[in-house]
Amino acid sequence: MFVTPDFAELKKAIAAADAFDVQQALAAERIGIKGLAALLSPAAKPYMGVMAEKSAQITGRRFGRAVQLYAPLYLSSFCSNRCVYCGFSADNQIERRVLTLAEAEHEATILHDRGFNHLLLVSGEAPAKMGVAYLEELALRLRDRFAAISIEVQPLRGEEYARLFAAGITAVAVYQETYDRDVYRQVHLSGKKSDYDHRLATPALVAAAGMREVGIGALLGLSDWRAEGLAIGLHLAWLRKHFWRTALTVSFPRMRPAMGEFTPPLPVSEREMTQLIFALRIFDPDVGLLLSTREEARYRDGMLGLGPTRYSAGSCTVPGGYGNRDVTGEQFSVGDHRNIDEVSEVIRQKGFDPVRKDWDPIFQMHGRRPQSAALVI
Amino acid sequence: MLIIAGRSFRSRLFGGTGKFSSPAVMKEALDASGCEMVTVALRRVDLADPADDIMSVLDRERYLFLPNTSGARDAGEAVRLAHLARASGGGEWLKLEVTPDPRTLLPDPIETLKATEILVKEGFHVLPYMNADPILALRLQDVGAAAVMPLGSPIGTNQGVLTKAMIEIIIDQAQVPVVVDAGLGAPSHAALAMEMGADAVLVNTAIAVAGDPVRMARAFAMAVEAGRAAYESGLGMVSKDAAASSPEDGLGFLR
Repeated sequence: MFVTPDFAELKKAIAAADAFDVQQALAAERIGIKGLAALLSPAAKPYMGVMAEKSAQITGRRFGRAVQLYAPLYLSSFCSNRCVYCGFSADNQIERRVLTLAEAEHEATILHDRGFNHLLLVSGEAPAKMGVAYLEELALRLRDRFAAISIEVQPLRGEEYARLFAAGITAVAVYQETYDRDVYRQVHLSGKKSDYDHRLATPALVAAAGMREVGIGALLGLSDWRAEGLAIGLHLAWLRKHFWRTALTVSFPRMRPAMGEFTPPLPVSEREMTQLIFALRIFDPDVGLLLSTREEARYRDGMLGLGPTRYSAGSCTVPGGYGNRDVTGEQFSVGDHRNIDEVSEVIRQKGFDPVRKDWDPIFQMHGRRPQSAALVI
Repeated sequence: MLIIAGRSFRSRLFGGTGKFSSPAVMKEALDASGCEMVTVALRRVDLADPADDIMSVLDRERYLFLPNTSGARDAGEAVRLAHLARASGGGEWLKLEVTPDPRTLLPDPIETLKATEILVKEGFHVLPYMNADPILALRLQDVGAAAVMPLGSPIGTNQGVLTKAMIEIIIDQAQVPVVVDAGLGAPSHAALAMEMGADAVLVNTAIAVAGDPVRMARAFAMAVEAGRAAYESGLGMVSKDAAASSPEDGLGFLR
């Protein structure tokens, strides 16, 4: 099982890096954990230009001049956890709702009509309000129309992931939020999520259940971002070794204002997050890197091609918000309000291809023939 | 002329459609490359949709589309994708890719052989992407592969023909065309593969992510032609010692 080293040790390893270590990491064909620590360290600050170039080069070689587009679909804002940083925290007095299957399907149809083929289903963690049966049924209803469907919901059991995979879900994101045990305890006041080890073990359960892709990440602003970066690197390397068939992604949610008036204890600047993205890209050339609409348009445009490979667009973080602009109770407010066409246009202007389809429902048609294959004689 | 599954090709350079900055650049580069066979990822395109961004810009008269099963983790998935290709008008041609490791995208020899066997029986012209394993090439040929596509080096790495010794054996033994696929990062790599006697090469990344993809496509076209011409002309043997003009030391006894 993956175990995070003591956070203080991670910080120490990073603090020990000097300019020579950084230069060595930047000159190497491949870097290991020590190289990652160097690139995350303050000693790497003067090398941001070189890191950008290297990160862009690696990204281009592996992913080409393409950026994949996806949209989140919020299903439920009910949550049984009390997490001090989250708009959906059980303590917050917000209007809560869970979409009926018909409503969820309607929202998905709107996104499909807007041109989305990759869908991320998101919900608060309240299994009684929205459990596996709901997700399974929704996936079965949607899978013919979407190239790929992923989920970001409460941690499930291995057999539940296998069930959802069979229903057409291809990927699962489970963010640790923070790899710092002490901070984790402080910010997760109650609910299932307060169990650090259970959450940390979940990505491996996902991979073992046969999912194609697992997403991990830390909520930036809760603890030392450099050490979080090193922990993410260790987690990635561990997952690769144990689940060689599973593709991995990392997301970089940086804290934005939300209901609940939480001020991030260690806010992360744009420049710092950028260093984190470059360092992880250089460390792992194959990992998918997601940059969501939490970030502003200016930043997202600037980062095109430099490391991230997937962008969300036109996101709404409240259940039912695509069909009805008046519903309230968002998880966080977005920084980039442009729709998919506007984002696509900028991607094109920057010399990249906005890719709306890079998977196919056929992959998930386990044990049954696709409708179109009825033509086969 | 190169003939695969009864169809002849003037160009021995095959192209790809991935990683380009736009469908327009892709079209221009492919046109400049002179290639006649273009592979498309089934996961990326909708073959049945005439408005598909990739399919709509390429001339179906000019190019033979070679749908590929990129993303397939096992034989079952590859077969399903092949059925999809056929059902949506993709025809019988198929570039079989079974790559269970999303990191290296190296082909799974066991699943590739299984899928080839199944798909050949179903009437597909199967061109399997494979590691440069001579025995596997023979096994694939035995079950009816229309050509074999050994890799020069891991895909997308631009490292060239690192598997040279094995590809030489494959070329020597194969009765079906040998298309070196993956890892060719420079025109010189393509020329080398052709000089070795490969029947064709497939190049995608090196063209798609070049600073000027169109010129790079032309450069590859020239290299492929040069390499083939050199092969057909008969390259001289490589020797560390000088040849014909060496003094005949030790042969003084000859009358």
